[in-house]
Parts: sequence; C-alpha cells; structure tokens
Amino acid sequence: MLKIRNLDSGYGKLRVLKNISLHVHGGEIVAMIGANGAGKTTLLHTISGLVKPTAGRIEFEAKDCRRMPAQKIVSCGCSLVPEGRQVFATLSVKENLILGGYVLQKNEGKKAVERELQHQYDLFPVLKERSSQLAGTLSGGEQQMLAMGRALMSRPRLVMMDEPSTGLAPLIVRNIFQVIVRLRNEGNTVLLVEQNAKAALSIADRGYVLETGKVILQGPSEDLLANRDVQRAYLGREKIE
Amino acid sequence: MYWEPEKECMARQDLEQVQLERLQSTLYRVGTHVPFYRRKFDALKVNYDDFQSLEDLRRLPFTSKQDLRDNYPYGLFAVPLRDVVRIHSSSGTTGLATVVGYTRNDIKNWSNLVARILMAAGVTDEDVIQIAFGYGLFTGGFGLHYGAERLGASVIPISAGNTKRQIQIMQDFKTTALVCTPSYALIIADTLMEMGINPNGLSLKVGLFGAEPWSEAMRQEINEKLGIIATDNYGLSEVMGPGVAGECMECSGLHINEDHFLLEVIDPESMEPVAPGEIGELVITTLTKEAFPMIRYRTRDLTRLIPEPCPCGRTFMRMQRIMGRSDDMLIIKGVNVFPVQIEKVLFEIEGTEPHYQIIVDRENHSDKVTVLVEVVESIFFDEMRKQRVMIDHIKSRLASELGIAVDVKIVEEKTLERSEGKSKRVIDNRML
Repeated sequence: MLKIRNLDSGYGKLRVLKNISLHVHGGEIVAMIGANGAGKTTLLHTISGLVKPTAGRIEFEAKDCRRMPAQKIVSCGCSLVPEGRQVFATLSVKENLILGGYVLQKNEGKKAVERELQHQYDLFPVLKERSSQLAGTLSGGEQQMLAMGRALMSRPRLVMMDEPSTGLAPLIVRNIFQVIVRLRNEGNTVLLVEQNAKAALSIADRGYVLETGKVILQGPSEDLLANRDVQRAYLGREKIE
Repeated sequence: MYWEPEKECMARQDLEQVQLERLQSTLYRVGTHVPFYRRKFDALKVNYDDFQSLEDLRRLPFTSKQDLRDNYPYGLFAVPLRDVVRIHSSSGTTGLATVVGYTRNDIKNWSNLVARILMAAGVTDEDVIQIAFGYGLFTGGFGLHYGAERLGASVIPISAGNTKRQIQIMQDFKTTALVCTPSYALIIADTLMEMGINPNGLSLKVGLFGAEPWSEAMRQEINEKLGIIATDNYGLSEVMGPGVAGECMECSGLHINEDHFLLEVIDPESMEPVAPGEIGELVITTLTKEAFPMIRYRTRDLTRLIPEPCPCGRTFMRMQRIMGRSDDMLIIKGVNVFPVQIEKVLFEIEGTEPHYQIIVDRENHSDKVTVLVEVVESIFFDEMRKQRVMIDHIKSRLASELGIAVDVKIVEEKTLERSEGKSKRVIDNRML
C-alpha cells in the first residue's frame, strides 16, 4: 500500500531522514519506534506532504506522491493524526469532525459525511456525548479520540498516528490502543509512530526501529520485542532470564 | 503446501522492497558493529549508509572463508556474546575451524526457514521424522531438528551412524521422513536388503538429503531402493546452516529463501556476475541474521539460477543442485578436505617427495580416499617393515589433520604423472 525507497528529508540544510526504505501492506499495523529526535515525526510529515523530501520515492497505492501537495495526499486516502492532537479548540466536537470530512463532502456529498459522523460516534461514544462541547474543554484522552475521529472522517485507507500515547494516563493509552486494533480489524491500515515501544509493538504486526534518521532494525513485532538491542534501548529493561 | 505462503509466494516487487530494506539495515549494523566490515568498506570507500538499490551490492567487498578464520573465534559477531544463545562451528578440522553464532531471533528464523523447506519437501506435522545427521557443532542435525519441531512433526533425534539401529527404529517407530546425507540413505537401503527387509513394508515416504554433493542418478537410485521421494536441500554454516534453499516436490531445483538471503552467481575468475541462468560461483548475503551477518560470502559452490517460475507456486527463485566447487575442496563423508592440508602433512614427514595424488572413490556408497605418495628411493627399496611404519605414520598424521581416515600407498619416485604447470592432484571417481 505504502512503499518508500531511499527517502531523504529534513529542514533546510539539516538532513533528518537518511536513506529510509519501508513499506506498509494493506490491513497491517506497522509501528515505527525510536527515541526523541530520531526522525519519526519528520517521516510522517514527509509522507503527508508537509515536509518536502530531498531524495527518494514515496508511493501510495502505486501512485507517486512525493510531489503532491498535502491536501491531495489526504484525498488519495492517507491521513495523519498529528502529535499532541491539534484539535481546533474553539470549535465544537462535531465541527471538528465535519472539518475532517472535508474531502469526503467534496467527493461524495453531505450524506456521506453524515454517515461517517455516525460511524465515528459508534467508534468513540464519548464524542457523541460531547458533540456540542468545545473541543478545547475535552480531556487529553478525549482530544486524542477526537483527533483520531477527525482523521478517520476522510475514510482513509492508511491512517498515520503520531505518538497517540503522549501525555495520557496508562488506562487511557490502553483504550486508545484498543481502538487502533479495532480499526485494523475493520480493514484499516495503520502506521503508528510511538516512543512507547512496548505498547506499540504489542499491537503491531511489524515494526521499524529508527535511530538518528536511519532504519537500524526491522521485522515482526515479536522479533523486535525479543531483540536485546531493542530491549536495552527502548523497552527500558534487561529481560531477566 | 506452504509453511509461510504469504512469504513464499510473494510478488517479486514486494520481495525486492523487503530485500532492500533488510539489506540497508544489515549494512548499517555490520558497518557500525563489526570492525572487520567497517575497515573493508572504508578501504573500498564504500558508504554503507547510502545504499540505494540491490544492484549496489556489487560495490561491496567479498568475504571468504579465510576472513572467517582470520577472525577466529568471535571477530565477525555483530552482537555481544551475551546476546548469543547458540554457537556452532563448521566441519573444518583442527586449525581451520570457523565459528558462527545465533541470537534467539536467529534461532527462530532458522527454525522457520527449515520448516519451509521440510514442508516444501512434503513433510507435515503428522510425520515422524528421523534425523540421521550428526548432532553437535555441525549445523545439520540441530538445524533440521529445530525446523521439524517448529513444523510440529514428531522428531527422532537419532544422529548419524549405527545403521542397524537406524533401521530398527525406522521399523518400530514407523518413521515417515528421513533426513541424512544421500550416501547414507543408500547405505541404509543396502543394509535393508542385507537384512532381508522389504523397504515397501516401511512407513517411509519422503527423504531430505544434503550436506554433500550428489547427482540425479543417485536420486533415482534412492527413490527406487527406498520407495520414497528424495529432495535436495542446501545450506552452509557460514551463512546459517540448512534452510538456505530446498527443493519442492517438483524436484527440479532448490527454492532459495530469498527474503532472508540474497544470492548472486559470479564468475570465479573475473568476480563479475554471470548472465542470468549461467553457471558460476554462489555468493550469499544474509538479510536478517543478527549475531553473524555475512556480506557477499563466497561459498565456492558452483550452481546456476533457474529464473523460470516453478509450477509449485512459490515465487522464490530456484537454483540448480550444486554442480561442483570453484576451489579444490573435497567433501568426503561430509567433511571438508583441502589437498593443501594433505600437502602440509607430507611436507613435514621425512622421506616423502612433494608429489602426491589423492584418489577418491565411492565404494558401497561410502567415500574412500587413497593418497599415493612418492618416497625417496632408499625408503622404497627398504625392507617391508620400515615401509609399513612409514605408511602408518603418514596415515595417523593425516587422520588427525583431516578428521577422517584415509588409505595411504607409497610409490616409487617419479612414477606419478607430472603435467605442465598445475599437476592433477585429485582424481575424483565418485561421478557426482
């Protein structure tokens, strides 16, 4: 579904991503783990078209989207749940969601948006309860759900999530991750960027380990969880055997 | 039947993406973790960080068996020893051994790859599999064992040797699949005949044979004598052990586990890739090994790739059975023997001339080596007793050097054929 080859990207003269290759198949959850500053967010921003790559190829469903503007990439079916939610605080929950359905409305009309809105309410019942509340008044976990719901409104085939667990209580994190698994079970594809390596790998099918802009390891999640380098660097423990 | 259909039947372009990703991170890991590779890359001004395509592989240096020996024992490991859960050593003998290591993930991948090959050869979780490969430092026994267990077959870890007992167990335990060297399969067949046991009365249905070169004619003989379907499989301890490639039931070439190994075929003289389908030396790069990654390992095995698709549905490229060696190494009873080892021993023994000939025969499906040695006149015409002492001395020195017993005959000076330039040191009559 998503295929990236030899991607270089960064800001000005700063080369953040160095020769990155990765792929995501339809129906997979793929985790991208790594420390602060490894380039995880830059990667998602480059795929979304917010940062322009300096070299390499990005193919989404066999279409070259390296030079597409960000809004075009969303209408291709690839949307981003940004880090720190970034909900529109002064708009209501419902308005936030409807904004997420902008592409859908343009292509399929208002009815489709209405249907999709109901679908998000099914997925996140709390958003229905708070539909007329201002987004800025929601708790962190609720805002995260709203950000996810907003991204899903465009009915993307690939959802990219940037650190959905940031700043959330462990119980809420578990909730959010359960929703991600549910999304996959409903046929969605998820590229999940996380510092919480253990949580991310426990729900992902495969994973990549990013270190200073390079993919240093990749493989099935269980292999990464069993890898001693990953354990030392990202799981914060030496497995006692 | 496939063990991992989503891998074994994947589309070529998906496979190439996986190969590139894995090659890039393997290069990064060896470049940062293994000083040997870093030095080699630096010397060739190769930036392991900037690999763009699989073709770039050709810019990388080769790794030879000598490199492994020079870095004996742990010099090429890419992880600290505490991450290693298994250590094997090649069948090489004293002074020539090479050491390889495996992490927990390596063992898991290895088991899976062997399971693929077993299933391709017709083994399922309902089979009773008798593993008559040697267990120990040799990778064959444990490699097949773990793969068969992973598959869920019932494993009999009988190890090599004691043919009558093998047959007893084969009868009593109702063995359905046999794993051993092809020559040992024929020894079993002959012993069955001597014991008056009809192979058709056994439960045996398939056999996986490897660890030594064999021929299509031998396959026919095994199939007929044991009433089974015999398949070939390939691997070498330097890159993992068994599980690199194996035949499916079509029996027309060995499917390479291309998602874990990148194979090239080169001209051993020019070191350039041969045209697709041409015969050359096999060069292997590992894509997933953690403890002991290998970059462009020169196997010295001659083969050719078979680009045509296989009717079995697997998309992994096939290679033809090993057709020979690009060096003078002999595989005798599964042990690697180099003529230079024999030369070294003879050189150290007083009274021998630096002229010798190695004759390899296969008698009753067992390899037999005879070394003809020229000796100085005074010894040749000396009394018989002294000759015997000399022969016994050479025999025991060779046995301890090579790890296998060889026969020694002494001949008069200047009786062995001398040819211009390179003399014909080895006569292999085994018709492999």
